[in-house]
Amino acid sequence: MSLLEVRGLTKVYSGLTAVSAVDFSVQEGSITALIGPNGAGKTTCFNLIAGATRCTAGQVLFDGQDITGQTPEQACERGIARTFQIVRPLAGMSVLENVVVGALLREHSVATAERQAMAVLERIGLGAKAHASASALALPERKLLELAKALATRPRLLMLDEVMAGLRPTEADGIAQVLRDLNGEGLTILLIEHVMRVVMAVAQTIVVLHHGEKIAEGEPGQIAHNPKVIECYFGGGAAHLAVKAAR
Amino acid sequence: MLEFYGNVIVGGLLLGAVYALLATGLNVIFGVMRMVNFAHGEMVVVGMYVGYGLWAWTGAPALVAAPVAALLLFAMGYVFQRFVANRFVEAPQHMQFILYIAIALIITGLHAVFFGPDPRGIQSAASFEVYQLGLIRLDAVRTQAAVASLMLIAALWAWFRYSLTGKAIQAAAENRVGGQAIGIRIPHLFALTAGLGFACAGAAGALVAPMFDVQPYLGGEFTLVAFIIVIVGGLASLPGALVGGLLIGLAEALAATVVAPSMKALFSYGLLVLVILLRPQGLFGKVEA
Amino acid sequence: MLEMRSARMAVVLLAVLFAGPWLLDDFILSVLTLVFLFASVGLAWNLMMGYAGQLSLGHALHFGAGAYAMGLLVTKLGVSAWFGLPLSFVVGALFGALVGALGFRFAVRGVYFALLTIAFAELARILVEHWAFAGGNGGLFLPALTPDNQPLLSLRGGAGFFYHALLVTLAVIWLACALLVRGRIGYYWRAVREDEDAARAIGVPATRVKVLAAALSAGFTGVCGAWYTLIQGSLFPDSVLGMRMSIDLIVAPIVGGLGTLFGPILGAIVIQPLNELSKDFAQEFSISGLKLIVYGAVLLVIVLFAPHGIWPPLARWLRIGRRK
Repeated sequence: MSLLEVRGLTKVYSGLTAVSAVDFSVQEGSITALIGPNGAGKTTCFNLIAGATRCTAGQVLFDGQDITGQTPEQACERGIARTFQIVRPLAGMSVLENVVVGALLREHSVATAERQAMAVLERIGLGAKAHASASALALPERKLLELAKALATRPRLLMLDEVMAGLRPTEADGIAQVLRDLNGEGLTILLIEHVMRVVMAVAQTIVVLHHGEKIAEGEPGQIAHNPKVIECYFGGGAAHLAVKAAR
Repeated sequence: MLEFYGNVIVGGLLLGAVYALLATGLNVIFGVMRMVNFAHGEMVVVGMYVGYGLWAWTGAPALVAAPVAALLLFAMGYVFQRFVANRFVEAPQHMQFILYIAIALIITGLHAVFFGPDPRGIQSAASFEVYQLGLIRLDAVRTQAAVASLMLIAALWAWFRYSLTGKAIQAAAENRVGGQAIGIRIPHLFALTAGLGFACAGAAGALVAPMFDVQPYLGGEFTLVAFIIVIVGGLASLPGALVGGLLIGLAEALAATVVAPSMKALFSYGLLVLVILLRPQGLFGKVEA
Repeated sequence: MLEMRSARMAVVLLAVLFAGPWLLDDFILSVLTLVFLFASVGLAWNLMMGYAGQLSLGHALHFGAGAYAMGLLVTKLGVSAWFGLPLSFVVGALFGALVGALGFRFAVRGVYFALLTIAFAELARILVEHWAFAGGNGGLFLPALTPDNQPLLSLRGGAGFFYHALLVTLAVIWLACALLVRGRIGYYWRAVREDEDAARAIGVPATRVKVLAAALSAGFTGVCGAWYTLIQGSLFPDSVLGMRMSIDLIVAPIVGGLGTLFGPILGAIVIQPLNELSKDFAQEFSISGLKLIVYGAVLLVIVLFAPHGIWPPLARWLRIGRRK
């Protein structure tokens, strides 16, 4: 069953078409990756789905309901949590307090929210830094905090925007394992990623965007050999590599 | 009837031209540098006292006092920006507000202490001169002030557009780090900008001194009028400041006549609310990304 | 544990202060009453600025709304002043919600929001100046106190009565703020203040939360306005709705420290006596404008050397509490 379905998603900024008639769906319980070269419109898609930007055209369906045009907080309430490409911690607050804000969506008592938040932090390995100031964290920890904030809202769909960017391979693998565990517990994940190694290892479905349009959708194996995909990453002359590899 | 309203309208427009000068000064500071100069009106009052003082001392007319006031305020603005306000360029807006409000309070207080709280009027023969243009009677003082203002505004426009320094200032305002990277001396430029802004306020004050009695507490009103014009006209838009100034001058004159003098600000504030809510970039401003 | 210690300290302090009228003379009592009043408004304004991060420079609107609500209720409708307190809260809160809703709905931020609040306050002032029913420019005067006046009925009395009344008001507002800030709404306010878009992405209903801050802030301010009317016995639009009042209301919390619960109180303790002193000094030597210079100088020193107010460095020095 598709948890998220996107139909004809379009966003035009005075003359520039960032996203053009994109269709894809995310199956419940899956890990789907949204990839494509820089400027392909991936983050814009996230913004449109999560309600941070208004669609010029198209529909977003979540769990069968049309949620096009909802605000970010409404989307979050429905169960869509997203992280930002450039992490946005709530700087003047502690790590725990950051996550509590997320937890307060589902728990109205601060005490229970704090317990929930602490549990999330422990789960992803930031427990020790709970009382540190959010602005004092190193990059990998900031990424984890961003993830924790989103998880605290108990989402059904977790949308991650380049969560691996800037991390060393071991750190990236660490997060990848966390994501696999979460997915194992039933969390649907949609991630934008450039780190191909992680995408290939973790994603069950891949959607490829280029210049705002979807050019391919399928399993990792298929995508790796798709001539259009190779062309958009490596240029026209490389298309023959796909044919070679497929043989 | 027509003659009466004609005179009101013309009077309003003439004052509006001086308002435009006042607003241009704020535009330079707020529109270009984004510093929330809530002391702008007090600088006008300084100019007014300069105008009054020169007249009381030497009988000099406003047209002579204006450049003096401009120079004095240029120096004040430059020094203030260079040694105090530059630190606040990146500061949160409420802190900028507090900084300028503090300065405004101090200046108002100093005026009250040195000149006393009573209004002082310039009464000279020139105050009563009138130019007759057909049915329209142009108050000489207002007309001279308006012409001087327009000339100063034009000069400032030209300087910003065509001089290297002027262009550098606009560039620096748009992209501070980029500006520094190519060698623009930001602290000096910003100080220069503030100096120009204050100079406009001072000149406007000196020009306006013969029209209104000077007293220490006029600052707040001028500050608000300046902000209204800058926002209605459009930030960093010099044509906006001009059109806005004329519009507000005209509107206040009409409101004062048609409704009641004390209600004239009602229109200006109402317009401000509408612009902030519905068209924050003002008439000529660009939409902020 | 720290909470318990602070709570005990607060109760002791309150008890000590309550004894004031039996220990201090009327003049000091009246200065302290103003300290309590401005501390209360400071706490209220702080909710909006220090916690929700919205700059209001037109808080006189709410102060004046509450003041006139009380004034009109007592003089024109002859109703007991007791009703004026909740009424002034409601009236203030409505204006706060209105300004907030308009501003936030149209995504007005920063300087523009501040100017919007100024515009509304000025519009109110000009309209009230021409409102004959409310006395217009000439002012509204409460009936003179009769010899058999019962302070607890009319809510007007001598210096001692107002001292207690404002002390209680301050305690109530402080307690309300403390509870709000430590609760869910406090977290949401701080999140919005830090990064509104990031907050919305994790489910914070930013607009609703900001409007609530505006409404509560304005409501508490309205109540203080009501007390001001009762204390002064008279009401003038220029004094309660003017820009001067808007600035007076915010000096204490800024000097004391934004985003803290003790900062506004400390600020009022510093500013109000300073106010009185400069007024007296000015009168003795016939220097007008001295208060403005002092105010300006204090604000200047604070913004240059202690931009977050005096309380944070003081608290660190005294090693009290966690930074909120």
